[in-house]
Parts: sequence; structure tokens; C-alpha cells
Amino acid sequence: MKRFSWFNATSLTLGFVFLYMPMIILVIYSFNASKLVTVWAGFSTKWYVELFHNEDFLAAAVVTLKVAVVSSTFATVLGTMAAYVLVRQGRFHGRTLFSGMIYAPLVMPEVITGLSLLLLFIGIGLDRGIVTIILAHTTFAMCYVSVVVSSRLTTFDHSLEEAALDLGCSPFEAFRLVTLPIIAPAIISGWLLAFTLSLDDLVIASFTSGPSATTLPIKIFSAVRLGVSPEINALSTIMIGIVTVGVVSASLITKRAAVKRARDEQSAERS
Amino acid sequence: MASAPRSSGIKHASTAFAPWEDPDAKPLIQFKNVTKKFGDFTAIDDLTIDIYQREFFALLGPSGCGKTTLMRMLAGFENPTRGQILLGGQDIVAVPPNKRPVNMMFQSYALFPHLSVWDNIAFGLRRDKLDQDKIEERVAEMLRLTRLEQFAKRKPHQISGGQRQRVALARSLAKAPKLLLLDEPLGALDKKLRNETQFELMDIQEKTGTTFVIVTHDQEEAMTVASRVAVMDHGKMIQVDTPAGIYEAPNSVYVADFIGDVNIVEGNATVQGDRVHISFAEGADPIITAFDQPISDGQRVSYAIRPEKISVDREPLADRANHVRGKIEDIGYLGDVSTYHVRLPSGGLISALMTNSRRLARRDFTWDDEVWLSWTDTAGVLLTK
Ligand SMILES: Nc1ncnc2c1ncn2[C@@H]1O[C@H](COP(=O)(O)OP(=O)(O)O)[C@@H](O)[C@H]1O
Ligand SMILES: [Mg+2]
Repeated sequence: MKRFSWFNATSLTLGFVFLYMPMIILVIYSFNASKLVTVWAGFSTKWYVELFHNEDFLAAAVVTLKVAVVSSTFATVLGTMAAYVLVRQGRFHGRTLFSGMIYAPLVMPEVITGLSLLLLFIGIGLDRGIVTIILAHTTFAMCYVSVVVSSRLTTFDHSLEEAALDLGCSPFEAFRLVTLPIIAPAIISGWLLAFTLSLDDLVIASFTSGPSATTLPIKIFSAVRLGVSPEINALSTIMIGIVTVGVVSASLITKRAAVKRARDEQSAERS
Repeated sequence: MASAPRSSGIKHASTAFAPWEDPDAKPLIQFKNVTKKFGDFTAIDDLTIDIYQREFFALLGPSGCGKTTLMRMLAGFENPTRGQILLGGQDIVAVPPNKRPVNMMFQSYALFPHLSVWDNIAFGLRRDKLDQDKIEERVAEMLRLTRLEQFAKRKPHQISGGQRQRVALARSLAKAPKLLLLDEPLGALDKKLRNETQFELMDIQEKTGTTFVIVTHDQEEAMTVASRVAVMDHGKMIQVDTPAGIYEAPNSVYVADFIGDVNIVEGNATVQGDRVHISFAEGADPIITAFDQPISDGQRVSYAIRPEKISVDREPLADRANHVRGKIEDIGYLGDVSTYHVRLPSGGLISALMTNSRRLARRDFTWDDEVWLSWTDTAGVLLTK
């Protein structure tokens, strides 16, 4: 282990304080007994209890989870397919255009994505509600999935699929029996990424949600405009927890596979 | 694999297996004017070749000459730009890889990393919807053959490089295909295991009647296992012949130089009856050799002679047609044989190989000795390419 110099230790602390101070304060105040946000009156979990009796918030939470699960699943299927074609098909006509177009929504301002989706839904006469949010989230999350999966596919040895074909697989069987199991960790982390993106999206959801369905971020945002309540703090803490678990497990899945592999390979060389 | 010593090479000679000399024999594989281009680059150049059932056909050539591309066209992963590929008389260009009775062992092994050694070998058998006990029997047989029994449960990344290579071999053998393509199958094995596996392959081939096409850059391996050897260069087959034919009667300087050690002497030809005289240096006696192709007087030719065909002696041997005098510049002692590098007065260097039938202390020659090199007029070959 290298020891930190005084300067490095200070920079690190400052950086992390800057990053995480606001969230830490929020988490602490969610356990505040007082109704007043700025006054500490001892530890209590009553806001969590209250939160679970708030029908409004619970309904929004259910919508949010439904949207996140369904849209991230669609996004994973579509994103994987797009990545597969872009990496595998080699040079076909318009490949650069397609891969550019897949990645464009990543840098597109969310307001514009939201607005254009809204116009589309109005145009085709689709009532805004849970379906439109799912469609919208699928659209923007599939780009992220496609980035994650295609970076795995570029290092995937094409001859594995050829070997499968050679041994009698149809192209679809080769994909199902060989490619899919091998790139599964990337697909799972793509799904988790899409899931968390959907959970915490506010901008696109507010363009595409309707009176019949609102998501938690929208609920929180509108509630906060009437004043911050400890209940909101509690809700936000739960969301921070879920998102953290999602992101951390996504990166752990990828990393553990790589570490295990490296270790096994070393022991194979020794034996 | 049994470790009892077995003789090789002799087999092909004794059974006189030579369907390529039989005008009625039907080839298993036919390449008809096959050209393969990658963009502007021509990887296979107007290639025509017949390969027969039960052959052990070895492709030899420098890296990048198109060996893998040829195999991939047989397996169905590449389509020829022009020309036809026939398997048993049928054009197979339109047949996808999974519908061909062909299996390939990949140069990179291409083992499935998520499956155990056992499942890797069983993969192809499962696709054929065989009964479970049939599959188990066959996999066990393959594991025994490649001596991988105790690794059956391991994943490919938990075994060594040589073991992986054997898994790849077992997997491609498991389906007992009509045609087996092996792309540098034994490169990662140590010499002993490699020799044993070579014999094992020949055994398998004898038992199953499978036709093998094997890529190798180990010419000794090609000589040992092959019924015929094809020497390739730049997408063309320069010579296709039996190992002995390639070695003893190369058709070009390229082939002579590619297989084994050889002395190449350039000179001008003069035809004298049924012999050609090659004058290769001012003041030196010409080399006298038999020939089997039309030669005109004054033509620039190359003469190839293998080191083991040249005798090194104190005096010229009277019964040999060719003699040159020179000085020993270097001796390479290899135990059973020694290579003598002899400098000629004309400046050229000739290698000669002599068996060490006497003990070292009683050897005849040493550095800087003046010696005579002698060889017959049929020992070398005259080459015009
Ligand atoms: N898919 C490909 N695209 C472009 N060039 C290729 C491709 N495959 C092979 N080549 C080229 O064709 C030539 C022959 O390759 P290969 O058959 O692999 O040679 P070998 O196996 O004899 O070493 C090489 O120069 C290689 O760069
Ligand atoms: Mg190759």
C-alpha cells in the first residue's frame, strides 16, 4: 500500500466532501424527529413510517418501479440487438451513420428528447400515462445498454460463434448457446444501468407522464416546491439506497467476472 | 495414448495409397479455379486442387500465404470470390457451415469459456440430438484419446495451453466428420506429446477413414503425417506431392529452400548427351547432373543438392561424378550427425552432412582441413524456377 501524502489526502477529502456532503445531510435529516427541516430534535424513523402510509407516494412508487422494470427490460433487448448488429455485421452500408445515431441520444439534452417524444405521442394520439413513460424510458436507456454491451462484444472472439456453427448450430442457436451466456454479465449490468436511469429520471418523465400516472421523482419535485418535508428526505434516502445498490452491483458483476478469470488463468498456468 | 514406439512414414509407402495417381478415383474435395479476394488483396489466387478420401493433406507455407483462408472456405466461413468448391461432387459454396459434414479445429482453439472441458467436447454431439449415453460414451472416448480425463470438469481457462489445444482437437474429432480441418493443431504441445498426437491422428485416420487437411509450419510434422504435402506461397500452390517427392524432387528453388536444408548453386547450363554441365565459377569443374526438363545451352539454372547427399573425404571418391575441393570452415556437431560447412576456392559455401559412425576423438576432419566433396550426378536436382 502506498501512503497518501498530506496534499493528496486533503484533496481527496475535499473532493469527496464536496460530492457527498449534500446527500449525507439529506440522509441524516431523514432521521430527524422534528418536523422542521433545519432543526435537529433527535433520532427517529417516524417519517419512514409515515411515508409508507402515504397513498400518493406509494402509488407513484409502484408506477416508478413498473416503468423501471419494463422499460429497462425492453431497452436491454433492443440495445443488445443494436449492439450486436453494429459490432458483428462488419462494414455494411451506412454503419457509421447508424452507430452515430445510436449514440446521439446520449449527448442530446434531455429536454429535447422529452419534448420530441411528447410531440410524437400527441401526434399519434397516444394518451399520456404509464405506457408513454415506458416508451420514452426505453428509447433513451437503450443507448446506454447498447454502449455497455457493444464494448463487451468488441472484445468477444468471433471464432467462438464460428466454432458453434461448425459444430452444427444454426446462427440463432450459436447466439443463444454461446454468445449470450458469455456476454450475460454485460447485459445484466446494462439492465441495471437502464433500471437506475429510469428510476431517477425527472425531465423526460415529466414531459411524457399524464394525470393518470406520475413517477416518484415528479412527485418529489412538485412536493418540494411546497416546501421540503422530512418525509421527502426519507423517500430520497430510500431512492439513494436503491440506486446505489443498482450501480454498485452492476460494476461488481463486471469486475468480479474479470478478477475470477484472471485468478483462474494464473492457477492454470501454474499447474 | 500408448507410448510404445511406432514407426511412421513407412505406412503410406507400404500400402501404396496413391489415389491421386488413379485416373478413375473420385476426389472428395475439388477446388476449381478458386480465387478469394479481401478487397483488393488476393488471398487465394486461381487455385485448383483435388484432395481424395482418406488423405492426410498437409498445407505448408509462410505465414500469410492463405492456408487459413483455404480452410475457412472448406468450413464455410468464407465464400470464394470466383471458382467452385466441390465436396463429394456437390458444389458446397451455398451450403452454410452448420450443414457441412466438415469440422474444423481453430488455430485459436475457440473453446467455449463458459462450458467445462466435458461440455465443450459434447457440444457438437448434442446438436445432433444423440442419446445421452451415446454422448457420454463418445466424450469419454475423446477424453481418453487426448488424455484429458482428469480435466473433464475444468473450464478452459483453468487448464494449460497444451491441454486447451487437446480439448480443441477432441471437440473437432468428436463428431467423426467426413472431413477434418486442423489449423496448426499441435503447435502448443511439447515435442514428445506432439509426436504421440501425430501418431494418434494417423491412427484415428486409419480407423475412421476421415480425410484430414492439416495446416502446419512444422515441416517435420508434415513429412511424418501427410500423404501429400502442398507448399503454398502468395495464395498459390507451388508444388503438391508426396513428402518424398517434395523433398527429393522439388520443382522450384522456393520449394527446395522451404523444405529442409539445401545447397543452391547457380550457373550456366550446357547440355552434353543425357547430362547437363553447370559451370558455376571461373576455373572450377562444372557440376554434372541428370535432368528431366528441356534445357537450352547457356540457360541460367539453379542446382539444388541436400547436405546428406554429399560425402566429405580426404580424396575424391572415384565412383562419383562430381568433386570439388574446399576447406572446412565450420563443423556443427549434432551427436548422431555432423554438418560440415566447406568453403570452395570460388568463395561459395557448401554444407555436407555425415553420420558420426566413429567416436568423436577418432573423427577424421577438423577445422581448416582441406577436403574433397563428392556426389553423384543424380543426387541433386536441376531447377529453372
Ligand atoms: N477477413 C480478412 N480480411 C482481410 N484480409 C484477410 C482476412 N483474412 C485473411 N486476410 C489476409 O489474407 C492473407 C492470408 O491469410 P491467412 O489465410 O490467415 O494466412 P495463413 O493462415 O497462411 O497465415 C493474409 O495476408 C491476411 O492478412
Ligand atoms: Mg493461419
